[in-house]
Amino acid sequence: MKKQFPLTIEEVIRDDRTILLFADVGTFGFRNSKKEFPDRVINVGIAEQSMVSIAAGLALQDFIPIVHTINAFMVERALEQIKIDFGYQKLGGNFVSTGASYDMASWGCTHQCPGDVGILKNIPGMEIVIPGTDKEFDSLFKQSYDNGCPTYFRLATQNNPESREVVFGKANVIKKGGRATIIAVGPMLQKVEEACRDLDVTILYYTTLQPFDHEALRENINGDKIIVCEPYYSGACAVDISSAVAPRAVEIVYIGVPREFPHCYGTVNDLDAFFHLTTSDIKARVENVLTDK
Amino acid sequence: MKHLKEKILRIATKAQEGHIPAAFSCLDLMWVLHDKILQKNDKFILSKGHASIGLYVTLAEKGYFDIKELDNFGKNGSRFGGHPDRTKLPVEASTGSLGHGFPIAVGEALGIKIKKSDGRVYVIVGDGECNEGTIWESAAIAAHHKLNNLYLIVDQNHSLDEALNPHDLEKRFEAFGWYAVSIDGHNHEEICKALTHGSIDKPTAIIAETIKGKGIKIMENNPEWTHKYPTPEQLEDMIKEL
Repeated sequence: MKKQFPLTIEEVIRDDRTILLFADVGTFGFRNSKKEFPDRVINVGIAEQSMVSIAAGLALQDFIPIVHTINAFMVERALEQIKIDFGYQKLGGNFVSTGASYDMASWGCTHQCPGDVGILKNIPGMEIVIPGTDKEFDSLFKQSYDNGCPTYFRLATQNNPESREVVFGKANVIKKGGRATIIAVGPMLQKVEEACRDLDVTILYYTTLQPFDHEALRENINGDKIIVCEPYYSGACAVDISSAVAPRAVEIVYIGVPREFPHCYGTVNDLDAFFHLTTSDIKARVENVLTDK
Repeated sequence: MKHLKEKILRIATKAQEGHIPAAFSCLDLMWVLHDKILQKNDKFILSKGHASIGLYVTLAEKGYFDIKELDNFGKNGSRFGGHPDRTKLPVEASTGSLGHGFPIAVGEALGIKIKKSDGRVYVIVGDGECNEGTIWESAAIAAHHKLNNLYLIVDQNHSLDEALNPHDLEKRFEAFGWYAVSIDGHNHEEICKALTHGSIDKPTAIIAETIKGKGIKIMENNPEWTHKYPTPEQLEDMIKEL
């Protein structure tokens, strides 16, 4: 998705309401857009908090800002700017992050941000999109970039092998089964599909987490268990899920990134193994839940 | 200015809310801006949002709303609070958390430049607010983009000098690539002159020397009055003193 984003920008930047601000991340990828629209493709330097507030000022001048950097520095460093300058002020803008939870596994925890989704869930009016493929990102971004709301897009290096027809704000039913409902968020779908290939379960695929598609979940609760497989700190959507489920008595299990600093390096796959989030781990964990009486 | 200050005193005392000394230190700046400077396409942001009561009485005086609306300042049902909310009021930005309004103003000035529109952006920050890192990030960005349509006014009332030496703010902004000038922030002629200065390729920083609580001796530069409100007797004495 990291490579798709500049390509999507090359198209979207033709809308003269848009303006791209980035904090020295992705500079080379934006070279074509920069060449064609130098006024509206701006490397602000390494100043993430100001970048977000400046984007709000541009929104007040009727631009549609698109802000880009690594999620740790966008969501965690500039959180208050997103909260107040966009959320509280009710301004529209797009926050496209790279890094996902630990895409930069070899760089260490300073560049990792599994907390982003849970954090942003606390900003009223914030929209959160987690595409599973390049094509899905391109589609979801084009569907929503000018909707007047602050919208967060989480780019990841792990892509699902197949793109779905995704609609902003809607979940997809991947398969139907009777023993449990599995929620797969964004790039987790590949692992979940493989893990559940031979299991009689329903799989729901969420690429928009806010607004949360309560109806899709409500209509597809099969069995008495819901297993949420999410590629960030687990439980970010717990309130949405429990409110969609109520008043039914359903066990809800979360399989996501545990709240722990991995004081180690390696690849995304290494950290998946460290956190027991490989496909075989997920398969074993899902089977355990299904057999647990 | 006396009648505006009287209104601030009466409203804040009744509400037991609002930063009276902070509003008094930048009231002359806001009044000159609204009375003499701001044109149709110009924008103004009070980055030090805690001086909101000064902005409210200024806007009421200029006819944006009835001053009587401020009777309920800070109370349940009022749209006027301790920090301004742009979704409820004719103000450009919702400020209060320091270090936000200035970069928002930089964004607006940049947007005006990109659109090749006319219009200037004026923003007031506190000197204490200049402790915030975003002030200096944004100062560098504004200079880099040659935002000569941006006017930053630093309300230098020295309230935080003890905590952190601001050094020479004029020189600091000059070092960041700005045109900078120091003025008496209570002298309307000097304010007006500084705000009408034109620069070819630099943003303008106006370091306005002010007195926190200006006009009420007991309040002037006295931290005790940051969140304090006069008794009914003190209130009448203060109004006489004005």
